[in-house]
Amino acid sequence: MTRQLTDRPRAVVEAKPAATPRARWSARTRRDFFVFLALALPNLLLIAVFTYLPLFNNIYYSTLDWTLGSASATVVGLDNYVTFFTSSDATKVLGTTAIFTLVTVGGSMVLGLLVALALNSRIRGTTFARSAVFAPYVLSGVGVGLVWLFIFDPGYGVLAWLLRGLGQQSPQWINDPQLSLVMVMIVYVWKNLGYCAVVYLAGLQSLPQDVMEAASLDGANGFKRFVTMSLPLLSPTTFFLLITTMLSSLQAFDLIRIMTPLGNGTSTLIYEAYLQAFGAFNRAGYSAAISVILFAILLIITVLQLRFVERKVHYS
Amino acid sequence: MSLLSPVSPDPAADAGPASGAGPDIPLHRHRPFSRANLTQTIAGGYLPLILSTLVVFLPLLWMVLSSFKQPGEIITMDLKILPEGLNLENYNIAMTTVPFAQFFMNSLIVTTVGATIKVLLAILTAYALVFVRFPYKNIIFVLILVALMVPPQVSILPNYILIAGMGGKNTLWGIILPGLGTAFGTFLLRQHFMTLPASILESAEIDGAGHWRRLWQIVAPVSGPSIATVALVVVVSEWNDYIWPLIITDRPETMTLPVGLTLLQNSEGNGSGWGILMAGAVLVIVPILLVFAALQRYIVAGLTQGSVTG
Repeated sequence: MTRQLTDRPRAVVEAKPAATPRARWSARTRRDFFVFLALALPNLLLIAVFTYLPLFNNIYYSTLDWTLGSASATVVGLDNYVTFFTSSDATKVLGTTAIFTLVTVGGSMVLGLLVALALNSRIRGTTFARSAVFAPYVLSGVGVGLVWLFIFDPGYGVLAWLLRGLGQQSPQWINDPQLSLVMVMIVYVWKNLGYCAVVYLAGLQSLPQDVMEAASLDGANGFKRFVTMSLPLLSPTTFFLLITTMLSSLQAFDLIRIMTPLGNGTSTLIYEAYLQAFGAFNRAGYSAAISVILFAILLIITVLQLRFVERKVHYS
Repeated sequence: MSLLSPVSPDPAADAGPASGAGPDIPLHRHRPFSRANLTQTIAGGYLPLILSTLVVFLPLLWMVLSSFKQPGEIITMDLKILPEGLNLENYNIAMTTVPFAQFFMNSLIVTTVGATIKVLLAILTAYALVFVRFPYKNIIFVLILVALMVPPQVSILPNYILIAGMGGKNTLWGIILPGLGTAFGTFLLRQHFMTLPASILESAEIDGAGHWRRLWQIVAPVSGPSIATVALVVVVSEWNDYIWPLIITDRPETMTLPVGLTLLQNSEGNGSGWGILMAGAVLVIVPILLVFAALQRYIVAGLTQGSVTG
């Protein structure tokens, strides 16, 4: 990525006639300058106003004691952060976020890899199956959440019916805070494992075939080949997926909102930030502080990723 | 569903009855495969494939089936798999309890207008970044890359305050505007434009074609698949977008489908409403499912490529 960034545009620039008279060159440069601005400025301005500006505004709002919609606010410095970290919120919200992230990342990666292995065979129908398992990833989280809420319904859901068949009572998926977190995590993994499967599949298909064949000629069986050869060779894919799925798990909102609107047991950082500002309390300053904390976490993960990419480019 | 055709008929027939997942169903193949070999292929190859496909499809199938069921068929202790008939009553109720037609229209407008502008902006910016001389191009590109990594979720409060302050609450433009800047599309198209040979543009330049003509007569036409990829990914994400429309609208007149579905959920939240809610879910999910079925290759490529950047 970074390599392309420096190589290619220069090649394009050099391809243009460079040895033109200076006056014409500067007229051209000036014209290009304005052409560039005319083409790129609308998009760049939109990005600046709606992506960059909010980051700074969030930091500013997080220093305020401010009810959303009220005209007055008091500057309280770091009070919102202190409140968050000294209250029971911190352990609860951070704990929920950590559990949700670990389980959904681990779950979708492990299951995704298993599905990718199933898809990586030379039988017919894999193309269809690949698209099928990817499909939930592109569907509306709201629609998917409702469908699963119906399946989990302790009274009339399919799951309750299956459990009744086994002589069991359906757990209270919605009312029990811990079970509601389990429920949302299951659905989240269902929705996202196709993404991991497709990326892993691409990784598996790019493994050096000659090495794999040599290993199988040496008598290594399927499982042994997988553990000693495929898995280590897949580590860049694994790392990449680890980062991307972690980032999206930390931003998961739709399913949580539709399946557990009150955030009962499912209040992750992003959901807590939403509830504080747009729920019953309208605590804008406090919500902004939580958003800043979330952004800091996301930033750390992104930086880790960039450093890894740099190292990878270095080694290759 | 037409995609099913390349699959040999046996596993497709096998996939029909969901309950009977017996592993050793003898398949009638006319090929001279040995029995052991066949069993191994089925157990090691087809079974996991069918299983993972079923795990995806059964919940969606359940949604569609339930959307045709009367409350009496849902509120019952013994499960009825098939509805008694293709009863559209639930769709009717869903459409009249909340203005679903209006939601559908709003979603359509937001998706069409938003996606069109986003794709245009992405093409223009990517062209400028690759083909127009400008002193700070690398810095701008890095800023776009960083923007790609800023999650929209952390910006909702500041953007809400900004847009509400501009009078954009409960307006369609208020829904569309904050998402218009596109770092993702710009990045993807830029990477593609870089691979175009400089020679085709040079000859056009010698012919006296300006940037505008070079963009629309050469660069855009030869980049069709990449632009389609960006367009589809943008369409899907605009259609599904939830958190922002949820916050910026609180009146039904300007709600999009996902937000409207939440409204429906609030009014039909008890057991008897499941059929109605499933009808609503069908209206949200099926359009995208159809688009995906038809153009999945571009969408999968776009979504997995785009995320390579984080």
